[in-house]
Amino acid sequence: MFAPDQIVLWAPWMVVFMPLFGFIVLAFFGGLAKKQGQQQGMMVLATGCTFASLFLALLTVRSLLSLPAGDHGLHFVQPSLMAFNWIDVAGFTVPLALLIDPLSSTMMLVVTGIGSLIHLYSIGYMSHDEERVRYFSYLNLFTFFMLVLVTGSSLPLMFVGWEGVGLCSYLLIGFWFKKKSASDAGKKAFIVNRVGDAGLIIGMALAAAKLGTLSLMEISTGVATMQREEFGVFGPLTLIAIALFIGACGKSAQIPLHVWLPDAMEGPTPVSALIHAATMVTAGVYMVARLGAVYHLSETAMWVVAAVGGVTAFVAATIAIVQNDIKKVLAYSTVSQLGYMFLACGVGAFGVGIFHLVTHAFFKALMFLGSGSVIHGLSGEQDMRQMGGLRTRMPWTFWTFTAGWLAIIGTPFLSGFFSKDEILLAAFGENKFLFGLALLTAGLTAFYMSRLFFMTFTGEYRGTLEQKHEAPAAHGAHDGHGADHKADDHGHGHGHGGIHESPAVMLIPLFILAIGSVLAGYIHIPQFVEPAIRVEETLEHVAWMPYLATAVAAMGVWIAFLMYAGALRELPAKIAAKYAGVKDLLEAKWGFDDAYDSFVRNGTNGVVDVSERVLWKKVDAGWIDGVVNGLAQVTNDVSQGGRLLQNGLVRGSAISILAGAVALLSAILWANR
Amino acid sequence: MDGYTSTMNFFATAHASFVQVALAVSAFLFVIGAVGVFVRRNVITVMMCVELMLNAVNLAFVAFSRAHGTIDGQILVFFVFTVAAAEAAVGLAIVIALQRNREDLDVDSFNLLKG
Repeated sequence: MFAPDQIVLWAPWMVVFMPLFGFIVLAFFGGLAKKQGQQQGMMVLATGCTFASLFLALLTVRSLLSLPAGDHGLHFVQPSLMAFNWIDVAGFTVPLALLIDPLSSTMMLVVTGIGSLIHLYSIGYMSHDEERVRYFSYLNLFTFFMLVLVTGSSLPLMFVGWEGVGLCSYLLIGFWFKKKSASDAGKKAFIVNRVGDAGLIIGMALAAAKLGTLSLMEISTGVATMQREEFGVFGPLTLIAIALFIGACGKSAQIPLHVWLPDAMEGPTPVSALIHAATMVTAGVYMVARLGAVYHLSETAMWVVAAVGGVTAFVAATIAIVQNDIKKVLAYSTVSQLGYMFLACGVGAFGVGIFHLVTHAFFKALMFLGSGSVIHGLSGEQDMRQMGGLRTRMPWTFWTFTAGWLAIIGTPFLSGFFSKDEILLAAFGENKFLFGLALLTAGLTAFYMSRLFFMTFTGEYRGTLEQKHEAPAAHGAHDGHGADHKADDHGHGHGHGGIHESPAVMLIPLFILAIGSVLAGYIHIPQFVEPAIRVEETLEHVAWMPYLATAVAAMGVWIAFLMYAGALRELPAKIAAKYAGVKDLLEAKWGFDDAYDSFVRNGTNGVVDVSERVLWKKVDAGWIDGVVNGLAQVTNDVSQGGRLLQNGLVRGSAISILAGAVALLSAILWANR
Repeated sequence: MDGYTSTMNFFATAHASFVQVALAVSAFLFVIGAVGVFVRRNVITVMMCVELMLNAVNLAFVAFSRAHGTIDGQILVFFVFTVAAAEAAVGLAIVIALQRNREDLDVDSFNLLKG
């Protein structure tokens, strides 16, 4: 049972089901926890479940690595990882099984690792919220579905996780549903994702029809035998790949389905870190990499993925420049970095896309949690114009955030440097235009992240919190949540007037993530996951690339320093005045939201009209209701006659029995005469 | 040979076998019971008539058992006895409950199941 080849048979199931166990306990018994201590116990239980999951995931990976390599160097999925046949119709089967290989175990470690740290952080962050047990139950449910998504061995099972994380995302974005903007943002995320999911379902249906299987392994091996023309511009496999990519666009917030992610910042900040930066939004990248063998063979699909990724990376980075909300900057940065990952996949470097996914999970989760710490310390303030000078006031947050900042802009020898460098190399070898776009985006990334960094942590404090000596009424109400707490019922000992550093339970995850952000690049993930993807990656190393990337990033940082911390502080306003058109375009987020607004509203008016006059009033109220009500009327009329038979007299029943017996006997005698 | 013909033979020939006699008695008893169930209004009388019907059936079972030379019919009689005992116990309990609560044992005055 504890030999390595035995552990991989049961440990993955435990990894997946630990968070579900936590969810069940919290969902069914969380309501019983009324006292402060009991609720904290629930929170610790939920966190414990994810840590147990992390431990088992580590155990799984260790055992996996000690197994003999299978074909293509793949640590192969065992048949006993199958529970039962989930779908079994006319020779078409989908087993309920887990696929544990280098790719899924990498994802498993990211999900459980970052997930546990964020659970831990949330204990501090949500300590004042009335509904923290509900929050933790959602967080556990999310972890469960995310693990189903990354370990499921078939597209339908992946889809179960895919929809499940979408549900949890909706529930957590709208966690403070009494605030209208939060519940609206939740709905927006859910509805935009429906568009993508439609693509995913179409892709699955096409794959089932064309390939006769939905198993991820069988699809990857099956396409190798396909004819070349199947992958043509409108070949069936190209259509499958693009339909699935539409699903990835929805979940991973790529243009044109990216509009939900910035709004998703209405959720609690740890949720933004876990779901909307580190794990759920990377599901699309995971899927494209997982089916790399399919994409790889279709030039059209690859071109679409690369172009969408490259354009998204650039557009989102430009929008991030003009955002003033600290979380919105990070949200657009996430969209942009996801674009980078798709760019890498699109130019054939799937492993590099996963590499960037992992490093990004560390530094972006770190920065989101850091921004959460800032928001916590400033009692809910999110506007960077009201920040500044927090370097001395929140030193631990500052230093850990610095690590994340340096990692994302690509400072040499930190994690972001390695993964971004490989993406640039891959793009350079494939398409010079996309390479230019990616390089420009790297500069923009350095600029807007430095802008955020300098505006938040350096200079003078520009807010008004310091002057207020009385405790702010809604300290527990981070993210502008309007709960009414009494200022004196808080557990921990720091004062509530003014800025304060966050408690240790929030700082420890920051430290661990900071270490990860610095060191994650030294694990060469492309090499590790490549056998699972089954696509050979050849990166031609260009000697000057690291220098060029570093120079571009340094230029971005330098300009940001001059404009937001140095001598040229009047410059941003001047530029904004001179190029008002550009500024308006960026502040309108390139007009995507407005376009959707007018398009969807005008486009749907006609549909709504027809729907009301014909479908509702004629079909529904007239026909369907008519049939249902008519049946009920007929039944009523018949039974009004029938009830006369049931007169309640004993001898009436006795006569019926006798008459029945006589009739039956007569019939038998007559039949056998 | 079915029951009807055997009964007719009994009257026609007057050389009836034991089985035919027994079946005739059984039918006679059954009809008495059935008529009693329908025409009497006292619950206790009705129950006694039901017992009469059951015993008519028992007699038929025993008669057939002898006619066929098998023991099955006689075994069934024991089942009928058991059921009849249980039925009598439950039925009399209901009668007592009725008498206590309504002071009335007329079957026609109980029609709560009227639809």
